[in-house]
Amino acid sequence: MKEIIGHAAYFGVAVSLAGYAVGLWIKKKVKKPFANPLLIAILLVMGALVVLGIDYDVYNESAKYLSYLLTPATVCLAIPLYQQLELLKKHWKAVIGGLVAGVASSLVSVLGLSVLFHLTHEQYVSLLPKSITTAIGMGLSEELGGIVTLTVASIILTGVLGAVIGEAVCRLFRIKNRVAVGLAFGASAHAVGTSRALEIGEVEGAMSSLAIAVSGLITVAVASFFVGFY
Amino acid sequence: MGALMEFAIILGVTLAAELLHALLPLPVPASIYGMILMLTLLATGAVKLEKVKRAGGYLLEIMPVMFIPAAVGLLEIITDMKGALLPIAGVIVLTTIIVMAATGRTAQWIMDREAAKKR
Repeated sequence: MKEIIGHAAYFGVAVSLAGYAVGLWIKKKVKKPFANPLLIAILLVMGALVVLGIDYDVYNESAKYLSYLLTPATVCLAIPLYQQLELLKKHWKAVIGGLVAGVASSLVSVLGLSVLFHLTHEQYVSLLPKSITTAIGMGLSEELGGIVTLTVASIILTGVLGAVIGEAVCRLFRIKNRVAVGLAFGASAHAVGTSRALEIGEVEGAMSSLAIAVSGLITVAVASFFVGFY
Repeated sequence: MGALMEFAIILGVTLAAELLHALLPLPVPASIYGMILMLTLLATGAVKLEKVKRAGGYLLEIMPVMFIPAAVGLLEIITDMKGALLPIAGVIVLTTIIVMAATGRTAQWIMDREAAKKR
């Protein structure tokens, strides 16, 4: 069985899509924010690999073609952004203010909590890029002397978590303005959060797309100052 | 032909972005160059919205699926990180909430103030 699956060129793609289909079905049935189809798909695929005893590399040999689409998809985030360009021009002060606050709070809170939880210096710098998009975060982690796999893991976890709890967090902190909600999703949960924000609404999706690019660039510019603090 | 042409334009912009990433010595990934490039092309009218809207919308709709392989890769490093798993998870959960709240509250506060001034 293992050998047959190991040679199947479409196994990884098929099992990922099947997991996501189940996730969509559960979301429709349960109608609760924690029933996030992406989270359900990840857990189901992990479970399937463990139960069937299939190596991640074997799975990824086929599933990597899904990741391959990520760059053109990210490029397409410019489309909702273009459609909301007037809104961006009108609210540019709130956009800049919100995103600077987001990046500052991210770096400062990672620093504070790393000290509090006694993380090592290496773990601390690996977590600094956790709220920005994977492609920028990986390069930044390397530059700061972090563990790149830990950075990627923390970025993915942050994204999935943000997508799942984002609406609850916005409700809790009474963030109702659609521009502010979108910025909050993008600044904290990058592209994964943005894929959720796009489902909430066009304005939210556009502002979240914008936040990925701007927050990523601000973080690159200032993160190296934080390396020496702990 | 229409859909194929739309994908061709999107992949063309992606390719141009990869070239920019290779040529410019900045820590900016191809996807961000591509996003800026696509926005510029749309805003200047060099590419009409109708020429990329359908294929682009489709890619954005299936975007969550594209994160599954990388996230499943967490299986690989969970065992390496055993001792530090709990504190690292704590940092991730708390900062995610803090960043969302800080970004959203600040943006909303600025917009509320602007709205109040106009009145």
